[in-house]
Amino acid sequence: MLIKRSERWQESENSVTSETIYLNRRRLLAGAAVAGAAALAPSVFAQRDRVLKPLAARSTAFDPGESPTPEAAITQYNNYYEFGTGKDDPAENAWRLKPAPWSVKVDGLVDKPATYALEDLVDFNALEDRIYRLRCVEAWSMIVPWVGIPLASVLKKIEPQSGAKYVAFETLADRKQMPGLRWPVLDWPYTEGLRLDEAMNDLAFLAVGLYGKELPNQNGAPLRLVVPWKYGFKSIKSIVRISLTDTQPATSWNISAPREYGFYSNVNPMVNHPRWSQRRERRIGEFGRRETAMFNGYGDLVADMYAGMDLSKNY
Amino acid sequence: MTTILASISSKDLRRFGKPLVFSLMLLPAVWLTWNWWLAFGYQPNGLGFNPQETSNRFTGDWTLRFLLLSLAVTPFSKLIGSSKPLLFRRMIGLFAFFYVSLHIASYVWLDMLFDWVELWADVLKRIYITVGFTAFLLLVPLAVTSTGGWVKRLGAKRWQRLHKLVYAIGILGVIHFIMMRKGFQIEPLIYAGILAALLAFRVQKHLQKKRRVST
Repeated sequence: MLIKRSERWQESENSVTSETIYLNRRRLLAGAAVAGAAALAPSVFAQRDRVLKPLAARSTAFDPGESPTPEAAITQYNNYYEFGTGKDDPAENAWRLKPAPWSVKVDGLVDKPATYALEDLVDFNALEDRIYRLRCVEAWSMIVPWVGIPLASVLKKIEPQSGAKYVAFETLADRKQMPGLRWPVLDWPYTEGLRLDEAMNDLAFLAVGLYGKELPNQNGAPLRLVVPWKYGFKSIKSIVRISLTDTQPATSWNISAPREYGFYSNVNPMVNHPRWSQRRERRIGEFGRRETAMFNGYGDLVADMYAGMDLSKNY
Repeated sequence: MTTILASISSKDLRRFGKPLVFSLMLLPAVWLTWNWWLAFGYQPNGLGFNPQETSNRFTGDWTLRFLLLSLAVTPFSKLIGSSKPLLFRRMIGLFAFFYVSLHIASYVWLDMLFDWVELWADVLKRIYITVGFTAFLLLVPLAVTSTGGWVKRLGAKRWQRLHKLVYAIGILGVIHFIMMRKGFQIEPLIYAGILAALLAFRVQKHLQKKRRVST
């Protein structure tokens, strides 16, 4: 159990001015003209300066005990090709995304298929904090403080049928909101998938927040998967569809380069990417490289699921 | 452009034009060095959250740009009917060599921290690095024999034949770039398109010459 002790100089959480109010004050000070224009602008347009609401969440045991990567790095160094292939493109372009209202289509082998409003799928009163390692297939890594709910809790809600073996996910693909879709970098929409037991694992998480606030658009707002024992691209962003299937779903990077990106894509220092070594990684903010751990250090929680499998073949 | 070039004598181009172009082509390296200096001093800098990645890509981009620029000099001088641009060709080519040296230094030193075992494995096992490294090795003799003395020693004909290697180097360099990107990306293809146009110009000239000889 994590016991938080407060120093005398620490303000209690509820005495902190919320970011919403703080930013609103700033906007008022910035001039009535600007505020007026913002108020007049029809709400169908995405706002460039989206205010991220704070989210109440309880802390859980998932904490690697390492200090989180600075928020600026997590929100400005992103791979989200729907907004461009450069690392700073998502932070630059993702304001076009409109994360609310948001709905998720649930279909396939489930007893409760429907198009769910985000709030009906995710219980915002049951949010928890989880600090996870994130290991990108490009050999860099971060420590990310997510806010969200276990994926299993959503699966229970939609009731998978007995024949269901896999969960498939799909990202929004809207040219108006996502300028990167103009280029056929990948076969849009972006799709990902998990085996059902992987999806039910305690670690598999659906994030709606980051650093105690709603997810910024470039990090996959309003709903994204987080599977920390797999390479980052498995943690699909801005989910609009969840399907239960009995066959292994097609996944975007696997379609693009099957030799380089397998369905499982578990973090594995012994299996190299054909174009670079996976033995080491650069933790963003550090100069040298550190050793990469099997399953990104989560082996005790996930290794059982792959017992007897040849992981160099099922990469 | 033609009239501007025509109005400047070759002597002035050598005396003022060359130092000017030299300084301009040095600017990216100055920017990079300055920002690494800041980074090592824990100062805010322009290298972003993954400085090694930025630095590898930056030096690679400029190598390719100068390589393509050096290949564009001859077509450009034919186009404007003046041999004056040729005064700059060697300098541009040597700058391509300078930036590829920085590219390798960035990778070997700043990124891999002289981990020779891992580096050697990279060169042998990763095709895009093998391709890039081959291009670098082929560029070395061209840089060495870039002086007037070497033209004399080899004889103009043999020197020219040797320096035709630059076409292979350009192709390998662009392949290296296409291969290191993930997915189907547009930027490397722009470089490939420019290279293809510059090579097509040579092929066309070559065919014209052949036709003239045969008639």
